[in-house]
Amino acid sequence: MSEFVLETRGLSKHYGGVHALDDANFALRPGEHVAVVGDNGAGKSTFVRQITGVEQRTAGQIFFHGSEVHFSGPIAARDHGIETVFQNLALADDLDVPSNLFLGRELIKLRLGPFSILDRKSMRQQTEQALVKTAVKIPNLTSTIRNMSGGQRQCVAIARAAHFASKLIIMDEPTAALGVQETAQVENIIRGLKEQGVPLILISHNLRQVFDLVDRIVVFRRGRIVASLNREETDGNDIVSYITGVKGNEDAYV
Amino acid sequence: MADKQNHGIGGLKYDQSKTPWPPETGVFVALVLITVVFEVLNRMHGTSFLFNTRAAVDAIFNKPRLDIIILQVSITGIIALGATQVMVAGGIDLSAGSVVGATAMVAMSFAQTAMVNGHANPKALFGPWAMDLPAVDPILVGLACGMLAGMINGVLIAYTRIPPFIATLGMMLSARGAADWWSNGDPVSFPTQGYANLANGDVLKYLTFGLLSWPGENPAVLFIVLAILLSLVMKYTVYGKRCYAIGSNEAAARMSGINVDRHKVLVYTIAGMLTAAATIMLTSKNLSAQAGMGMMYELDAIAMAVIGGVSLNGGRGTILGTVLGALIFSVIISGFTSIRLDAYYQEMVKGAIIVGAVVLDQWRQRRNASRT
Repeated sequence: MSEFVLETRGLSKHYGGVHALDDANFALRPGEHVAVVGDNGAGKSTFVRQITGVEQRTAGQIFFHGSEVHFSGPIAARDHGIETVFQNLALADDLDVPSNLFLGRELIKLRLGPFSILDRKSMRQQTEQALVKTAVKIPNLTSTIRNMSGGQRQCVAIARAAHFASKLIIMDEPTAALGVQETAQVENIIRGLKEQGVPLILISHNLRQVFDLVDRIVVFRRGRIVASLNREETDGNDIVSYITGVKGNEDAYV
Repeated sequence: MADKQNHGIGGLKYDQSKTPWPPETGVFVALVLITVVFEVLNRMHGTSFLFNTRAAVDAIFNKPRLDIIILQVSITGIIALGATQVMVAGGIDLSAGSVVGATAMVAMSFAQTAMVNGHANPKALFGPWAMDLPAVDPILVGLACGMLAGMINGVLIAYTRIPPFIATLGMMLSARGAADWWSNGDPVSFPTQGYANLANGDVLKYLTFGLLSWPGENPAVLFIVLAILLSLVMKYTVYGKRCYAIGSNEAAARMSGINVDRHKVLVYTIAGMLTAAATIMLTSKNLSAQAGMGMMYELDAIAMAVIGGVSLNGGRGTILGTVLGALIFSVIISGFTSIRLDAYYQEMVKGAIIVGAVVLDQWRQRRNASRT
């Protein structure tokens, strides 16, 4: 086994002449929670899209638990135990909570090809367990997602990721559209994941949140990783200096 | 869930004992109201819409009318079942009516009898090899024909990514053309007794060993059986769940690992097969097939689904809703006939009801959205 859960070497993504991501060297240790920060267009989301296979990288290598991987799409990444909470929620509005949690991997009572009978009871029970595990409070499991608040929907998306992710969770701005209490709820889920030792990559604009939650902060600027700092060794001003380019014009190796 | 009240995010309270009305409630109330209106209108003329008024007949209900209410929608109703699952999955099928025409011609060609009243069948399309075949042959040929049309629709929509409206519009024109081409526009008639019995026999008596009897209502029996079956499929199987997921958020379904393209092909194929089943009932009932059969059936089917609360945007709607929508459709037709109103008025009112149902649905959605 490798000492890293995830490692990227020279990861690059060019859109035509634009170098959205350039030579990113990144590593994530077991149980570690890392925040990815940076200005808009710094390459944070591009970086995540290469890892989860939503886009195919221009150059570089990705190692997952020591072996090199080529994910053809998010489903392939998911099959390796990487769950992603996307900025635009991947939920079906007209389905209830258990159906959304098990979307695409429904539990089956009787296998009959496409007409396999759903095991609705088990899906419901496991949903309740998943919600208890992540301390998500959803008033009514049987109502459709459509009737829920943004925070509740986000919690369902995160509970889904947390329930199935065995090896790595990636969250892209999970609290960007949420209110104060809803944000606190999401942050509690993230703390719970830390206790369970599930590694996490968190993209966030919220420095207060980042300092509250993660072990290490990686700063992106103009498509390059310019800093990788342990939480204890840095502060908000320091991070902002890196984000804005006052500091760190040299590449950092993690 | 042990406690009755849970606290949601932000301290929201939710009372579990208060479950919302099922979405079909409104459709059912509308059906009852429309029925009551026709009953009152009939009473004003000294007759009754639903109840028996003839002294010579010992019955509470006007059974012939109840029978016709179900029978006259059972063929378009079966098509509407297929249209419902297509619409739930976010698509639309405009080709159903033309597929009825094509399937009718093809299936009937294999259901012909050799001798009619002692003479050779004047409408015989093929040689003796295709005469007096057992009824199962035209059934299989017909189902295959509908299946093929549906599969072409599905493959076009799933793999070329053209809008369902365009793909099925193309099939609508092509299938009607194929129906005309099949026999150069001539009707195909004189089916075997076995084929005629499919719709005109008494399957209920056969299935219940004489306990129940409903002669000549086989299309209605098939409609009810298929409605129950498809209702269970939509509710309790992966197939149904994925229809709702795809219609609700196709990108999310794709991202979740659902094979959306393959599912779409399956959905349209099943719609085609249901259309074929309806066609077999129709030709068996009519004892004849014409290329023009099933004209506008697709719109009737879509209208029934829409009246029953199936959303044109996908993701919402149930089979039960569509069945209730079909009954509303039928009660209106029978109601107008019972008060001796012209068929022209029927068409006009049908149009108004379809528009009204969508307006009501939009209004209901907006109200729900503003409440949460």
